[in-house]
Amino acid sequence: MPPLSPAETGDPGAEADRAVAAILDAALHGTERGTVVDSPPGAGKSTLVVRAARELVGAGERLMVVAQTNSQVDDLVDRLATADAALTVGRLHGSDAAPAPEALRHPAVSASTKPADLLECSVVVSTAAKWQWVKDVDPWRHAIVDEAYQMRSDALLAVARLFERALFVGDPGQLDPFSIVGTDQWAGLSYDPSSSAVMTLLAHNPRIVPHRLPVSWRLPASAAPLVSAAFYPYAPFRSGTGPGDRRLTLAAPGDGSAVDRVVDVAAESGWGLLELPARHTVRTDPEAVRAVAAVVRRLLDRRGTAVSERGSAPLTADRIAVGTAHRDQAAAVRTALAALGVPVHGGAADGGSADGGSADRADAVTVDTANRLQGREYDVTVVLHPLSGRPDATAFHLETGRLCVLASRHRHACIVVARAGIAELLDEHPSTEPVQLGVTVKFPDGWTANHAVLEHLSEHRVPG
Amino acid sequence: MSLLGTLARMEAVRDGRAVPLATVRHRHLADRPMVLVPLAAAGEAGAPLAVMLGQDRESPVLLSLPQPLDRDRRFALLADLAAELLPWLEGYGDQVELLTKEVKDPATGEKTEQVRELCTDAPQLLVPGPAAVEFLGLLGRSTRFRRTAEDPDPGPYPAPARVPLLGRWLTQLRDRAQVPGSSLLLAMTDLLGRHWATGQSRLEDQHLGALLGWIAPPAGLTGAEAALRAETARDDRGQLLCPPAGPTTDPRFDSGLLAPAITRYDAARQLGDAVAAQAREADIAALLETVLRPTWERMWQGVDLLRALPAAAHLPERWEGDRWSYTSHRDRIAAGEPPQPVRDDAVTAARKLAQREREQTRLDIQEALDDPLAMAEHRLSGEAMAGVVVEVEPAYDTTGRTPKPRPLVTLRTDDRPHGDAGRELYRAGGPAAQKAELVSADPASGLVTVRLLNGMGRKKEPEPGSVPEPGEQVCFTLFELTARQSAPLPEPEDTPWTHGGPPAARAGTVPADPVEGA
Repeated sequence: MPPLSPAETGDPGAEADRAVAAILDAALHGTERGTVVDSPPGAGKSTLVVRAARELVGAGERLMVVAQTNSQVDDLVDRLATADAALTVGRLHGSDAAPAPEALRHPAVSASTKPADLLECSVVVSTAAKWQWVKDVDPWRHAIVDEAYQMRSDALLAVARLFERALFVGDPGQLDPFSIVGTDQWAGLSYDPSSSAVMTLLAHNPRIVPHRLPVSWRLPASAAPLVSAAFYPYAPFRSGTGPGDRRLTLAAPGDGSAVDRVVDVAAESGWGLLELPARHTVRTDPEAVRAVAAVVRRLLDRRGTAVSERGSAPLTADRIAVGTAHRDQAAAVRTALAALGVPVHGGAADGGSADGGSADRADAVTVDTANRLQGREYDVTVVLHPLSGRPDATAFHLETGRLCVLASRHRHACIVVARAGIAELLDEHPSTEPVQLGVTVKFPDGWTANHAVLEHLSEHRVPG
Repeated sequence: MSLLGTLARMEAVRDGRAVPLATVRHRHLADRPMVLVPLAAAGEAGAPLAVMLGQDRESPVLLSLPQPLDRDRRFALLADLAAELLPWLEGYGDQVELLTKEVKDPATGEKTEQVRELCTDAPQLLVPGPAAVEFLGLLGRSTRFRRTAEDPDPGPYPAPARVPLLGRWLTQLRDRAQVPGSSLLLAMTDLLGRHWATGQSRLEDQHLGALLGWIAPPAGLTGAEAALRAETARDDRGQLLCPPAGPTTDPRFDSGLLAPAITRYDAARQLGDAVAAQAREADIAALLETVLRPTWERMWQGVDLLRALPAAAHLPERWEGDRWSYTSHRDRIAAGEPPQPVRDDAVTAARKLAQREREQTRLDIQEALDDPLAMAEHRLSGEAMAGVVVEVEPAYDTTGRTPKPRPLVTLRTDDRPHGDAGRELYRAGGPAAQKAELVSADPASGLVTVRLLNGMGRKKEPEPGSVPEPGEQVCFTLFELTARQSAPLPEPEDTPWTHGGPPAARAGTVPADPVEGA
């Protein structure tokens, strides 16, 4: 394994500012019609989008913004309107997906299902799925595509007629877009409709060189080196905070149980692995689900305090998230938490296309799948390992992005609950996906990344 | 694999025979399907060796090659295959129904009636397994661009006249076979695997003999024994009792029987002995028949097993999609359009993907509606619930000018739907499409209350029969019961800059796709 720590030189703030300035210059004045920004987890992608939107509007441009889920759109609208009260923002939405109240609380935000109602707005924001249906409007000169690595190539094909130039922002390490049917037929084509929008864009516009945000403000110093080395080996990043800048303290002492010990280990080191005895289980492994719920319960009972560069705040339920691979696992964890008296939410209605969870409720723990936790941030995350208790390691469970999302949502600590034997399972299931000609091999593959994370976690292991 | 699927496989192991996965047949089965068993020659991709085909199980047609490397003979075989298949394929194009559709002229806004033809039936081709589907696709790809003697510039090796046309049909059938739920070209192992769970893995299920061994084991044998016998039992000459269903042949057949027979044929030809060559050729045909015949019989055994299942309610609706597919291909050929391109352009690929995803969603929904065993999978995963109505409480929405019925229905169920209060639900199997919302669920007592939201008429009191009565069995799903429309895509000539612009402008710069894409 390469050394865990990328070179740390200079002030991270200044380094990030230089990157942002170069990106804005390229988006506004660059010779290429597209600008691509690769952003590691928590590197200020949303801040960049808001800033770019304000600069573009300030330069007299009308702007359309494409996000992937309704909650991302609501979140963006809220951020835009909060950052600049004078900015007129249009929230274009589907007839069956009402915008969230947070998005509509600003006077300068107007919402409609018809694009014609919003043409006066400086910025119009909607999901890719909704933009695809927009017709009979003059193209915008500028677009910002958020979470562009989660957007499918065919969605870009349908919306690209709406803009002349675009800034694509996204995290290449997260989950790739997927299809419910086989797509091998188009593998290797530059415009494979199931690949990500950025892949297609770069294949057809080879002169576009992706920009990179170099600093993760979310991940603590304990996590950035591991996540960078395991998931972004060729685009290393660093944490914005140094060792000791973030602390998690617990008011109530532990009772010596495995659950409390793993909480202590994680509070101390930023990582914890609660390892249950090896066993093949059903997906909703009752013991593992109970262990996850117990960890969350104890985190709350022991009255944690999160100290960071933002100050000191109590570790409340809304600052904790539970991540799983499957929806039924999330549902089982929610039931188990409810039985322990922990308020939960997540698993919102998923009508329509890819739709994220709703905005966080103030007093509840978020429990959701990796797909829906993308782009979200918490103080502590508790993760049910995707390979826990499995007899096999399928491509789904090995997907690099799934583990990356689950391991990079936290500002302070991440606690993983897993059955023993995952390393052996990985060794028994080397990647066997057929090699497709013309397809860029994704590196690191899920197998390597899983081993890297597991090796690191094993230093913070508590047998359960 | 779903939990229920895993359970069914474990039950199959315990019982020693396959367990039904469906109460109805989920794929269209023609009255007289065309059964086709292709064999490929070892050592050369896409080289045909023999084909057994026909619509009558008693009298199959055997087409075979004495020397699979002989290009002239290969194209003669393909010409024979075209002579067998094309009249049958084209025959369905004559019977049509006329459908009228009102279309609005985008320029003038005037409404005009458009009449379209839809063939009343379409051909159905059954092959042993997915490998045979791919093989037919390969044949289509290797033949549809061939020039024939009828071309203005036939080139040095023109193909027989109808072979490229056969290639276009095979390409079309294989392409349609990628659409979930389609039934123009079906693989028997897929068909049987959808309807029965065996005590072996899905990979092993691709062996037609082993699969049938589990579904219908001979008297005195368990499914596992019958499957093992189908896979491994050999006669005193060392030949498999159940030859592989193709397209690949058993290597011991190739080296022990076929290769020597071909050598004898070649020798007779080299000696210029036409009579002997003909005799040797007949030997090879007889030899190939011995390895094709068992598969042929198994194909029809599979047809019998499937026919014993009652047809699912949504089959005619999905078969209509196949009829449209057939009709439009017939029209493209009649209009003199060129053969399908080697690779889809960006827009065509996106359109095909959208269609397949829509059809996959539709298939999942329709199978769940047609079959309680399919719905059980959704119930187990918390995506649906079924139970008996114990109480109906009239309630009204009084926010509008006139009160609207919004009755509360409480059902007793063991299912645990994964949804919070307010989650939208859809009634399955009701008199009409009906939405509801989850009001409360109490897993301890097994009582779930939902509020019906529509489908009860315009009056204050619900239309009779639109609200379930106490004692009635009802089912609600958390997923919508209709597939969503796909978003519109640009025309190929409007392909945007992000995707390289229109295909013509980009000709020659597309990265090669060496294998797939036909």
